[in-house]
Amino acid sequence: MRATGILVAGVGVAALSLSAALLWGSAPLSVHEVWRGLTDANAGAARDIVWHLRAPRALAAFACGGLLALAGVLLQALLRNALADSYILGVSGGASLGALAATMLGLGLASLHTAALAGAVAAIAIVFGVTFRGGQWNIYRLLLSGVVLSAGFAALTSLILVLSPAAQIKGMLFWLMGDLSYAGNPWFAAMLLIALTLGAAALAPRLDILGLGETKARSLGVGVAALQLTVFFSAALATTAAVMLGGAIGFVGLMMPHAVRLLGVTRHRLLAPMAVLAGGSFLTIADTCARTLWAPQQLPVGIFTALIGVPCMLYLLTRRA
Amino acid sequence: MSLACENLTLEIAGRVLCRDLSFSVEPGQVWGVLGPNGSGKTTLINVLAGLAQPARGSVMLDQRPVAVLGDKLRAQAIGVLPQHEESEFWGSVLDYVLLGRYPHTTVWRVWGHADEAAALSALRQVELAGFAARRYATLSGGERQRVRAAQLLAQAPRYFLLDEPLQHLDLSRQIQMLDSAAALARERNNAVLMVLHDVLWPARVCTHALLLDGAGGAKAGTAGAVLTQANLEALFGCKLLPAAAQAQAGFVPAL
Repeated sequence: MRATGILVAGVGVAALSLSAALLWGSAPLSVHEVWRGLTDANAGAARDIVWHLRAPRALAAFACGGLLALAGVLLQALLRNALADSYILGVSGGASLGALAATMLGLGLASLHTAALAGAVAAIAIVFGVTFRGGQWNIYRLLLSGVVLSAGFAALTSLILVLSPAAQIKGMLFWLMGDLSYAGNPWFAAMLLIALTLGAAALAPRLDILGLGETKARSLGVGVAALQLTVFFSAALATTAAVMLGGAIGFVGLMMPHAVRLLGVTRHRLLAPMAVLAGGSFLTIADTCARTLWAPQQLPVGIFTALIGVPCMLYLLTRRA
Repeated sequence: MSLACENLTLEIAGRVLCRDLSFSVEPGQVWGVLGPNGSGKTTLINVLAGLAQPARGSVMLDQRPVAVLGDKLRAQAIGVLPQHEESEFWGSVLDYVLLGRYPHTTVWRVWGHADEAAALSALRQVELAGFAARRYATLSGGERQRVRAAQLLAQAPRYFLLDEPLQHLDLSRQIQMLDSAAALARERNNAVLMVLHDVLWPARVCTHALLLDGAGGAKAGTAGAVLTQANLEALFGCKLLPAAAQAQAGFVPAL
C-alpha cells in the first residue's frame, strides 16, 4: 500500500519534471503553445521546437539520469559498498579519454562517439579481466581495479588537456563536466532503461540477499556467481549508454540511491524503480536549468547536478539525524 | 533421512584438516563440533552445506549428493548460520529476517503474507518482535546474532548448521540459544550441528559430538562416548576438571 503510494509519487514527479523540460527553453512558448506543438501537426515552429528540440533533449536527460541511478543501485548492491557509484568501473574515465583524444585529433562527432564507446568498453574489459582472473570473482579486486584504472585515465585525460590548443579545451571541459547538448537519439537509451529497470525489479530479492555476504547468499539458494556477472554487465551497459548520451555527469549515480533510501525505501523491488524515477527527474530538472538559466549560453549539466544535489542531500541527511 | 558425509577429506592451502571422515547427522540429533582454532570446523560446515567442495569424499542429503541439488532445493533442506557475515544491510530487522524465506519463494511469487507471518513468528521466538521496524544496522552485536538466528528459523530448513551460534550472546541468551537448538531437534525432529568453543555446554545439550584436531584426526560418535576428559584434554592440549551440578556432568578448564 505504502509502496504503491511512493511509486505513484515518483511517477508524478517524473511527469512534472518532463513537463517542465517541455515548457521552458530559450524560445518563450506559453503552456497553450507547447500543448498545441505536442498535439497539433500544423502548429509550425512550436511543433518543431517541442518535438525536435525539447522532447528528445528531455528524454535524453531522463534516460541518462535513470541509467546512472540504476547503475549506482546495482553496483552498491554488488560491492556492498555505500560509496560505489556508476563510475566505479572506470567507464566514465575510459569514455572521457576516448572522447578527448578524438577531439584533440580534430575528428567529427560520429568518430568522437565511437572513440568514447571504445574507451568505455576498454575500461569494462580491463576491470572485468582483472576481477575475474582465474575464474575467481573478487569484489575487492573489482573496487580497487576500477579506482586504479580511473586514476590512470584521469592522468591521461589531464595530459590531453594540457597538450590541446586553447580553442578545444572548452568543448573538452563540457564533456568532462557532463553535457547533454550533443546527445544523439535517446530512444535506444530509453528502451534500455525500461528493460534494465524491469530486470532489476525481477532480480530484486536476490539483490537484497547479496547484501548479506556471499556465503549467506549462497546458503539461501542464490546463484551468486551468475548474479554477480549479470549485475556487473547490466551496470556496465547502463553506465556506458548514459555516458554516450551526456558525458561524465557526476553525482547522480552515487546520490540518487541514497536519496531514495533516506525516504525509507530499502528493498530493491521498490528501490530500483524509485532510483530510476528520481535520477531521471533530477537530471531532467538539472538539464532544464542548464539550458535556460544562462540562455542562450548553455552550461554543462554536471554543474547543476552538483549545485542542486548537494544542498538537497545535506538537507536529507540532517533531517534524518 | 540424513545428512551424511562419506570418506571426507578436507584440505586448506595444501594442509590436511581431516582425513576419511564419515558420519551421519539424522533427525532428532544435536551434534556439537569442537576443535582448536583453524581445525576445519567452518570448512566442514561449508562442505556439509554444499557451499564448498571437499578435497575428497562426498556429502549426501537423503542419499543424494548435495552437490547436484538445485540451489533453492538445497536451501530448503539445509540452513547455515555463518560465523562471520560481511553484511551491509540498510533495511529493517523484519526485512532482514524475511530474506530467510527466499528458498520458499518463486520468481512470480515473492514474499507474501505467509512469509511475513513466518518472519514475525521467528522474531518472537528470539524475543525481538518489538524490533521488527528497527534498522538492522542500529542493533548491538548480540541482538544481530539473535536476528540472524531468527532469519534461519524463518528459513525453516531440516538441517541447521550453526557456526559458533553463541558468539556475542550474554549467558542467559546462550542458554536460550542452546535450548532452542535442542528443541528444534527434540520437538520438531530437525537436526542441528553446531560449532561450540565452550567445553561446558556440549555434554548438556548435544546427543552427538565431533572432535576435529586439525591434523587429520577426528572422532565422531555419541556425546557420552566422545566427550570424555581424556579426549577433550588431548584435543585442546590443556588440563580439565570434571564438574557436576544436579546430575549434569561437564568440564571446566583447570588453571
